[in-house]
Amino acid sequence: MSTTGKEPAAAPAKKRLTTSAMIASIAAEGQATRPAPFGHALVELAKRDERIVGLTADLGKYTDLHIFARAFPDRFYQMGMAEQLLMSTAAGLAREGFVPFATTYAVFAARRAYDFIAMAIAEEKLPVKIACALPGLTTGYGPSHQATDDIAIFRAMPDITIVDPCDALDIEQAVPAIAAHDGPVYLRLLRGQVPAVLDAYDYSFELGKAKVLREGGDVLFISSGILTMRALEAARALEGDGIRAAVLHSPTIKPLDVATILAEVDRAGRLVVVAENHSRIGGLGEAVATALLANGRAPRFRHIALPDAFLDAGALPTLHDRYGISTDRIVERTKGWLEED
Amino acid sequence: MTTETATENPALLANVSLAERAYRIRRNAVLMGEVQGQGYVGQALGIADVLAVAYFHALRYRPDDPRWEGRDRFLLSIGHYAIALYAALIEAGIVPEDELETYGCDDSRLPMSGMASYTPGMEITGGSLGHGLGIAVGMALGLKRKGSDRFVFNLMSDGELGEGSTWEAAMGAAHHRLGNLVNLVDFNNQQADGPSRDMLSAEPVTDKFAAFGWHVQRVDGNDVEAVRAAFDTAMAVRDDRPRAIVFDTKMGKGVPFLESREVTHFIRVEANEWALALQALEQGRPA
Repeated sequence: MSTTGKEPAAAPAKKRLTTSAMIASIAAEGQATRPAPFGHALVELAKRDERIVGLTADLGKYTDLHIFARAFPDRFYQMGMAEQLLMSTAAGLAREGFVPFATTYAVFAARRAYDFIAMAIAEEKLPVKIACALPGLTTGYGPSHQATDDIAIFRAMPDITIVDPCDALDIEQAVPAIAAHDGPVYLRLLRGQVPAVLDAYDYSFELGKAKVLREGGDVLFISSGILTMRALEAARALEGDGIRAAVLHSPTIKPLDVATILAEVDRAGRLVVVAENHSRIGGLGEAVATALLANGRAPRFRHIALPDAFLDAGALPTLHDRYGISTDRIVERTKGWLEED
Repeated sequence: MTTETATENPALLANVSLAERAYRIRRNAVLMGEVQGQGYVGQALGIADVLAVAYFHALRYRPDDPRWEGRDRFLLSIGHYAIALYAALIEAGIVPEDELETYGCDDSRLPMSGMASYTPGMEITGGSLGHGLGIAVGMALGLKRKGSDRFVFNLMSDGELGEGSTWEAAMGAAHHRLGNLVNLVDFNNQQADGPSRDMLSAEPVTDKFAAFGWHVQRVDGNDVEAVRAAFDTAMAVRDDRPRAIVFDTKMGKGVPFLESREVTHFIRVEANEWALALQALEQGRPA
C-alpha cells in the first residue's frame, strides 16, 4: 500500500525504451557512424608530434583515449579517479613542454576540477587540451552525469577556447587544430560510434570559424555540437513543408565567430533560431544574443536549449523529446514560431 | 652533487655560510614588509633557513637564466609566502635587489601572492592552496619523460595538508614512482583561524606520508645544519619513492618580539617596529 498517494504505473505491454549504458552511442538506428574518432585522430597526431601525451582519470575506455593508450603506452598516464590531480598533472606536463590531452566526463571537469583548470592551466595559458565525454544531455543517467552547464562554466573562464563538434569528421579535424593552438582548449567529446554527418557537406573544421552548411531563406539555424546534426535533419523535414532553413554551424563557442554570424543574420530577414545541447543559460544562445545586440542587430530570435533545471533520468530519445531538442520537436517548434507572424 | 651545484651556479662559489644567507633572506623579507607596512613576514622569517639551504646548497640554477632547462624546479604552492621566496630570489641574484622596494606595489614584478607570469624564478601560480603538489607530479613526470635527472621541489604549508588535492597528488607521486620529487612541508602550526592542529589536524603527518608510500623525514626547520642534512638525505635516497621533509618552524624566527606575538598568520607590525626587527636580526646575525 502506497503512503504517498502515487501508485507506480502499470508495466506497458510493449517494449520500453531503456536508459542506455553510457558506453552506448548517441547515433540513431541505421545512421552512418565511425568508431572512436577522437582516439584515432589523437594516434595519428601523436605519430608526427612527440609532444602529445594522454591522461585520464579512470575513464580511458569511456573517452576513447584507450585507443591512444594502446598505440602509445609510454605516453599515456592513468591518474586514477582523481580529477584535481588529472588537471594539475596535465598543467605540470605542459610546463615541461608537452601537449597533454586530459580526458574525463564533462561534469567532472567543469564542476569538480574547475579551480585546477582555472588557476593551474587557464591563468597560465598552458596548452592543455581537456576533452570531455557526455556533454549536455548525452546520457540518461541523470544530473550527476549530464553536463548541461559546462559551456556556461567554461565561457566565464578567461583564456580558454571552447569547441563543441557535431560529428566524427568535426572531431577528427578538431584534434590537430586544437593541438596546434597555443593555449588551453575545452573539447566537448562524442565517443564510441559517433555519427558521420558532415562528410556529405562541403565542410572542414577551422578553429574559431562558423560555417554555413546549408542555405535557406526562411529560417537561420545557428547551432553547435549534436544540435547541428539535428538542425540539418530538421531543415530537411521543413523543406517538405515548403520552409527553407539555413544551418550555420559554430563549433567554436569561444571565441565566437561574430563576423560570420553577423553577416548571416544580415542576409534576408530570417527567423534566427539558436540550437544547442546545453542549458539555456550561459551557452551559445546567450553568446549569440549578446553579440547581436552589442552590434545593433535585433532579428526575430528563438532559442532551442535545455531548460534551467536538473534533468530527468531515462532513455535519451525520450529525454530529447521531453526537453525539445529532438528533430521532431525542433521542426514542430520552428513551424510554430513561423506561424506567429 | 655539491660539486655540480657549485660549478653550475657561480653565486655559490662565494664563501658565505648558509646561516648568513638565511640572515640576508630574513632581512630582505623585513625590508619588503616595511614597504607595505604589513605582510606575511612571520612566515618568511620562519622558512628562511629552508630557503637558504634550498637556494645555496641543494638547487641547481643559473641566476641569469631562470628558465634554464637544466635547473631544479622549485614550486611555491603557498602563494602568500611570495615575500619569502622573493627574499631568496633577490639573495640568489635572480631578482635584482633594487626591486625589493616595489613589493606589492602597482605594476611590480613582486605581487603579494606569487604568480608565475610576474616574477623570474617563480615556477607556478600558487595561492589557491593545494595546487602545488599536483603540478609537481606533472613536472616530475615530464622531467622523467625527457630523461632529465633534475628534481622538483614543492614548498607547501601545513594548512595545505587539509586540501584533498594534496592527498590525490601524494598518491599519484608514489604510484608513478616519482623519486625526483621532494615535497617540503612548512609545519609552523599556524593557520588563518588559529593553530593548525586545532583546524583540521594533519598529525601524525609523517605516518601519513609513509603510509602513502613516501620517504619521509621530520626536522627542526630552523636548524640550518639539520635542514641541510635532510635535503642531502632526500636527494640521495636510492629508491624511487617520492620524498617528503616536514620542517617544524617558528613563525617570526629571529625577531623575538614577533616570535612571541600571538596572532601571527597575517602579522601586524607597528611602523616603529620594522627598524626594531632589523636590529633584532642584526643582533642574531652569524659572526
